[in-house]
Amino acid sequence: MRWFWIDKFKSFERGRCATAVKAVSICEEHMQGYFPGYPVMTPTFVIEGFAQMGGILISETREFRQNLVLAKVSRSKIHRYARPGELMSYAVNLVSLQEDGGLVEATSHIDGELHVEADLTFAQVSRDVIDRKFFEPVGLLQMLRVYGLYDVGVDENGDPLKIPEYLLEAEKTATGAYF
Amino acid sequence: MPTEQEVFEKIRAALVDALGVDDDEVTPDATLVGDLGAESIDFLDIVFRLEKAFNIEIPRAELFPEDILTNAEYVQDGKVTDEGVSELKKRMPFADLSKFEANPLVQEFGNLLTVNDMVRYVCSKVEA
Repeated sequence: MRWFWIDKFKSFERGRCATAVKAVSICEEHMQGYFPGYPVMTPTFVIEGFAQMGGILISETREFRQNLVLAKVSRSKIHRYARPGELMSYAVNLVSLQEDGGLVEATSHIDGELHVEADLTFAQVSRDVIDRKFFEPVGLLQMLRVYGLYDVGVDENGDPLKIPEYLLEAEKTATGAYF
Repeated sequence: MPTEQEVFEKIRAALVDALGVDDDEVTPDATLVGDLGAESIDFLDIVFRLEKAFNIEIPRAELFPEDILTNAEYVQDGKVTDEGVSELKKRMPFADLSKFEANPLVQEFGNLLTVNDMVRYVCSKVEA
């Protein structure tokens, strides 16, 4: 199973920005190990949540057809720890979108207080380097639906995002194999 | 059109954010790799920031001429040939290649680019 590091998108504007939330639960396995006896949300997993949001923000502009990787965390500051029972509100802004990648600025707030901030650089991996897709379409679409991307996402005109046809086709084919 | 000082200030801000260095470390003579500690992936970050800051497009081969440095026609025994240096000069008129020319080891090329070279490069793109 793929790791999910946000619970749900709250807003998503194509090629511009996105917000999401993640609730901190003591049930998450990693909570027990970071500081034994003092459970906190591991800050690197907060940054992984930013990376998932930023990756989706960039990839969505290209219908998720390119292989994109988190290349670098340029800058990050952990201002406090998130404790069980708290709700983290993530915001990601696309600073630069280029043919070979992009740059995003991300923040997490808890009750209005700055929790984590980071800049993330993404790079597109050439098909000459890795000749396969990082995400198989059915699993990708499932993840996007779990995150609620198509519930809240809008395109550059403010219209609801549409699921790319090739993802729907892949899903239909996979479902047809079972039913 | 921004002045050279304004270009320098924006480049300094980009390098501070991208490389986590202090303002005063970013001097005109500082080399990106040797003095500021830039690694290959940092150049992508820097380029994204400069393209955004100046609203310009930076073809990757202009700043990082890997195609020349990996071409057997221009490299022999780990050194860039005279023809190769000549190609580099054509590709990078903004860079001072005089030191590199004296001992043109490919492995030293990465340590060539200075902040001032970046300023000259960006000025040439902004003016174009």
